[in-house]
Amino acid sequence: MRDLLDKRLVIVTGKGGVGKSTVALAMGLAAAERGKRAIVCEVSAQEGLSRVFHRAEVGFHEVEMAENLWAISIDPDEAMREYVLLQLKVKAMRDLLFRSRIFNYLAAATPGLRELVTIGKIWELAQPDRKVKQGNTYDVVIVDAPATGHGVGFLQTPKTFSSIARVGPIRAQADTLDAFITDDRKTGVAIVATGEEMPVNESASLERALKEEVGASVDRVYLNGLYPERFAAGELPAIEAGAAEAKGSVRAACRAALSQARRAEAQREQLARLRTLVKAPVSTLPYVFEPQLELEQIRRIAAEVS
Amino acid sequence: MAGVAELLEGKRVCICAGSGGVGKTTTSAAIAAGMAARGKKVAVLTIDPAKRLADSLGLPELGNTERQVDPSLFAEAGVDPGEGELWAMMLDAKATFDEVVRRHAPDEETRDRILANRIYQQLSGALAGSQEYMAMEKLFEIWAEDRYDLLVLDTPPTRNALDFLDAPRRLTQFIEGRALQVFLRPTGLATRVIGGGTSMAFSVLKRITGIDLLQDLSEFFQAFSGMVGGFRERAKRVNELLADEQTSFLVVCGPQGEPITEAVYFHRKLIQAGLPFGGVVVNKVHLGFDGADSAHGEGALADPLERQLGDEDLARRVAENFADYRILAERDGRNVRRLAKHMRTRAVIQVPYLDRDVHDLAGLMEVNGYLFAADAAERERIAAEP
Repeated sequence: MRDLLDKRLVIVTGKGGVGKSTVALAMGLAAAERGKRAIVCEVSAQEGLSRVFHRAEVGFHEVEMAENLWAISIDPDEAMREYVLLQLKVKAMRDLLFRSRIFNYLAAATPGLRELVTIGKIWELAQPDRKVKQGNTYDVVIVDAPATGHGVGFLQTPKTFSSIARVGPIRAQADTLDAFITDDRKTGVAIVATGEEMPVNESASLERALKEEVGASVDRVYLNGLYPERFAAGELPAIEAGAAEAKGSVRAACRAALSQARRAEAQREQLARLRTLVKAPVSTLPYVFEPQLELEQIRRIAAEVS
Repeated sequence: MAGVAELLEGKRVCICAGSGGVGKTTTSAAIAAGMAARGKKVAVLTIDPAKRLADSLGLPELGNTERQVDPSLFAEAGVDPGEGELWAMMLDAKATFDEVVRRHAPDEETRDRILANRIYQQLSGALAGSQEYMAMEKLFEIWAEDRYDLLVLDTPPTRNALDFLDAPRRLTQFIEGRALQVFLRPTGLATRVIGGGTSMAFSVLKRITGIDLLQDLSEFFQAFSGMVGGFRERAKRVNELLADEQTSFLVVCGPQGEPITEAVYFHRKLIQAGLPFGGVVVNKVHLGFDGADSAHGEGALADPLERQLGDEDLARRVAENFADYRILAERDGRNVRRLAKHMRTRAVIQVPYLDRDVHDLAGLMEVNGYLFAADAAERERIAAEP
């Protein structure tokens, strides 16, 4: 893990609903605790960070959430606007463009352009020499990336544009982005899974697709939400008997224990499968028995991501 | 309280919608298998690129056409489907898009121009809402062929469950855009025929994009403009199918706060859009235990547990685990009540957090015990079985 947070950019991906956002935030907290300046990026307007930190929406601004920890929610339209501002230094030209219907239409309709400018913004955040005026310099940028199916396409966008645009500024920009996200000294990738059949399968195919289609190698796979092993196999018969014979709360408690033991065991089988199916090292993160994850619990997970 | 069989009575199309990671694919497959087990000829369509459905039905791969699930799998799962058949397909968005282009292109030249365009080849999958739209296209196509009693659609795993509702409209808008019409003058980029301001905007754009990319884009949009009529007509018919009384939308969600909030929002949008809402399925619910006295604190349980288990340390751990479980059960109960209240519906079907993963037909049939249970009492009876 020390290696992963030492990179300039860390992309966190995985199947939907496995806790990517939580893991991304935990990594941000872990980096910040180590004295690094970190920023966590949301890319699809989830605004989950604002809930955890009890704040108004983060939006397209770099907002300091905790010591050494910033957050931003990247809106493609804003990123597009910023890109044009950076490209065209002459105000009259920019105004002409922003007013033109053609530009607005193309900006909205061109396939893949929103993804491209989003990755462009992520890259910009990770530069030691920021293009944006008064932009902070970060030691590490952590991206809460789209889920599996969309994630590969998202990260593939620079390569795709490189192949479409033969020459010109977009080509140059796309080449730069692609070189950055495929450089494993600068960019790290973490996949988040849970201890269930489908997320484990998807993590394996995601790792392969990232390698083959994006050219990015995965540094770490997290199995999130691992149940503690509370009961030894030898204790199960007594619990089973309780679930069958007893009444009321005792029976309910025994059934809950049985269910937990089966789940914990099934998760460990999946963990073993995950370890054989993926090339990257696998770490586990504990299940948190709370109604809703608050900052305090995410800090606990942060202690485990390393 | 209704089960899925009652909710789908007289329906020909069932659309399972919800945000990613809530078990939509499993629910869709379970519903399709359950209806097939009740003697219907059912096809389930999924779009997931991770081949989840193929995994869950034991099919090595699914192409862009339906394949029948081996009837012997039903026998192995102890089910006699009678006349029922289960078919499944995994939608290939790119291949479907190609089919749509072939169908709507006004002539061969336009068709070939689009299919050969580099932007189309590389990015047709990334076109705004294209995956979602293609799911609707395929649904409509199979529905029009009239070969099944019921079609179950597992919608794409979008972060925003509403994207696909919007997809036909967005795609039509995309090829109808007025700005595009200017762009699409036959001479394309020739500056003589377009206004001075536009021509200047073009020259500025060129600085940002490079000329060849702009030309490819121009080509791409021009080629598409010839298909506006066909697309518009098709989108209209797809929308009619979605709003038809033989269609039913099931909202699928998880019991945590965020999925519930999204489900409530999605339900409201369905109603606003005049689309037929059938019910909501909440997956992985930590059910409360009947007969478990809530006044019984962790401490009060210690003694009777120890007497039952004959081991003080084990009793302490069982009590601790139960306390953790109840935190989740209370949260889920609260969230499900909130859901029912906001949706003003009694059609809330809860599937408990099962001890084991669902990844085969037998697992799907186990889920069906809950999805198809006709009333709460029956569900509780099932839940009470060890």
